Amino acid sequence: MNWNETLHTSWSAIRAHTLRSVLTVLGILIGIAAVILTVGLGLGTQKDVSAQISALGSNLLIVSPGSSTDSSGVRGGFGSGTTLTLSDADALSSKVNAPDIAGVAAEKSTQTSLVYGDTNWTTTVTGVTNSWLEVRSRTVARGSFFTAAQQSSGARVVVLGSETAQELFGSENVVGQSVTIGSTTYSVIGVLASAGSNTSSNLDDVAIVPMTTAADDVIGTNTASVSTIYIQAADADRLRAAYQEAQSVLLNAHAISNSDDADFTISSQDALVSTATSVYQTLTVLLTGIAALSLLVGGIGVMNIMLVSVTERTREIGLRKAIGAPPAAIRTQFLVEAAILGLTGGVLGSVLGVAAALVLPVLIGSSVVISPVALVLSIAVSLAIGLVFGVYPAARAARLAPIDALRSE
Amino acid sequence: MAEPSSAVAPVIELTGARKMYRSGSIEFEALRGIDLLIHEGEYVAVMGPSGSGKSTIMNVLGCLDVLSEGAYRLGGQDVEDLDETELAAIRNQRIGFVFQQFNLLPSLSAQKNVELPLVYAGVPVEERRERSRASLERVGLGDRLQNRPGELSGGQQQRVAVARALVGEPTLILADEPTGNLDSVSTEDVLALFDELHEAGRTIVLITHELEVAERARRIVRVRDGQILRDEVNAA
Repeated sequence: MNWNETLHTSWSAIRAHTLRSVLTVLGILIGIAAVILTVGLGLGTQKDVSAQISALGSNLLIVSPGSSTDSSGVRGGFGSGTTLTLSDADALSSKVNAPDIAGVAAEKSTQTSLVYGDTNWTTTVTGVTNSWLEVRSRTVARGSFFTAAQQSSGARVVVLGSETAQELFGSENVVGQSVTIGSTTYSVIGVLASAGSNTSSNLDDVAIVPMTTAADDVIGTNTASVSTIYIQAADADRLRAAYQEAQSVLLNAHAISNSDDADFTISSQDALVSTATSVYQTLTVLLTGIAALSLLVGGIGVMNIMLVSVTERTREIGLRKAIGAPPAAIRTQFLVEAAILGLTGGVLGSVLGVAAALVLPVLIGSSVVISPVALVLSIAVSLAIGLVFGVYPAARAARLAPIDALRSE
Repeated sequence: MAEPSSAVAPVIELTGARKMYRSGSIEFEALRGIDLLIHEGEYVAVMGPSGSGKSTIMNVLGCLDVLSEGAYRLGGQDVEDLDETELAAIRNQRIGFVFQQFNLLPSLSAQKNVELPLVYAGVPVEERRERSRASLERVGLGDRLQNRPGELSGGQQQRVAVARALVGEPTLILADEPTGNLDSVSTEDVLALFDELHEAGRTIVLITHELEVAERARRIVRVRDGQILRDEVNAA
């Protein structure tokens, strides 16, 4: 019996019980579609998160006050201390001590409300040094950013995020207007281009003021301290070197000899990306595991139906054996039947998975990444499931004694 | 090793055949020492009531079951100690079965049913088609090639089964109650076909419990309780 005939015979047997075969295929189909979709969603989310984090600025190092190393038990207060100052930012800007650092921007911010006419909007008011725009990879959509002169003189100017402008004025065309922060009036000189939101904050709902102005008016106390210093490395390959230089400059400035006692923390985009990625990877693995379980259930369905099929066709098997079918031919016939069920489920499931991957981003707004490797793999897996769960029923058919088989009703 | 006494080895050579069945602790002896020689071209009926062991004889002769003791040679070949695959090959090439229930596959046309033994023998498609058509013409169904079993009468179905038994040119045609499910007209049809095959020199062994049917054979072997009661040439 050649392959063509075996395929033909198996296909006729499947066609003979259309509803039953369709339901069996459905079990595999749903499992495969679920696996493809969860893997695709996982990859898509990872991609989104990495893109969002990279959008914060490229080649970026972030210096925060306090230490995250809690080995001593007392030092702490990561992110809340006042150990970073403007002079630290100046020290880091030195081309001599830190040749691999291309730009430094200090930031300090507070939540406060902005008033225009009778509109009141609470947002994050951030005092920055004027290299901020470049270091954070932001651009100004309208108007201009403040100059070094405005920065040092403490000019009362503000650059609004696009959303803040929209909320306060109902329009982004607001350059030249005035807005009141606290008790002081600021003139709006620019609006930032939209940058979206990252996982923790809305990058478009901000009000940027010169650092000196912020120190004087808005935030008040501790005029020299800053909450974050952003460091831009000259390029990606020099990020490592920039990190080392930033650490030694700051340790030196703070007169700390042992880096374990540092009162600041330097983190990189890489670290953020890998943390976020590992979280989503764990989630993906978990969800894929659940989807794979449904595939297992589908496989058991194939086995169930094949056992029914063997029982139903006992006479046919007996006859085929009596007229000369060797056990191997019977086994192959049933294995091929199970493989066809599995493969059909795999192919249709892939089609459904890909279709859902095209529709889902429109509905829920997160990307789904379908890799060709995952597609080929899941079709191979569905074929394997058909074969694995077909082995036992096929062996049972092959083992039937022809006399008993012929006598069965 | 060749036997010089006769030009051709007997088709069937059963010596001291015993068959024991065990069911739990109960042992049942279905065949209790049977010697049987059947030569080429013979038309033999094996006759006996149910429980006489005739079905066991049929299974042994058809290589569907193996003896507990004794020897069975089919066309000069010892079939003892063969595994399932080898037995399948022997059934395929040396035996043509005709069953009481016809045992045709309902989803296949008459011609496809007749082709089945050739499929397992690995005969190429063209030759298969040719031989199955010739075989169906031989049993008078040359105009029913594409009909499915459900579209044929009982007698016609059994003739398709006979065509299937003939198609592989087997050494032996083994018929197990071939008329058991047929009315008298169809019975006559099928028995007339066996007569013709006998005239043409085929070796036929027919298992039956009906004297009427057995009497169409040239030799009647009567079995009872696992032994041969009488073995005589049918004078009629």
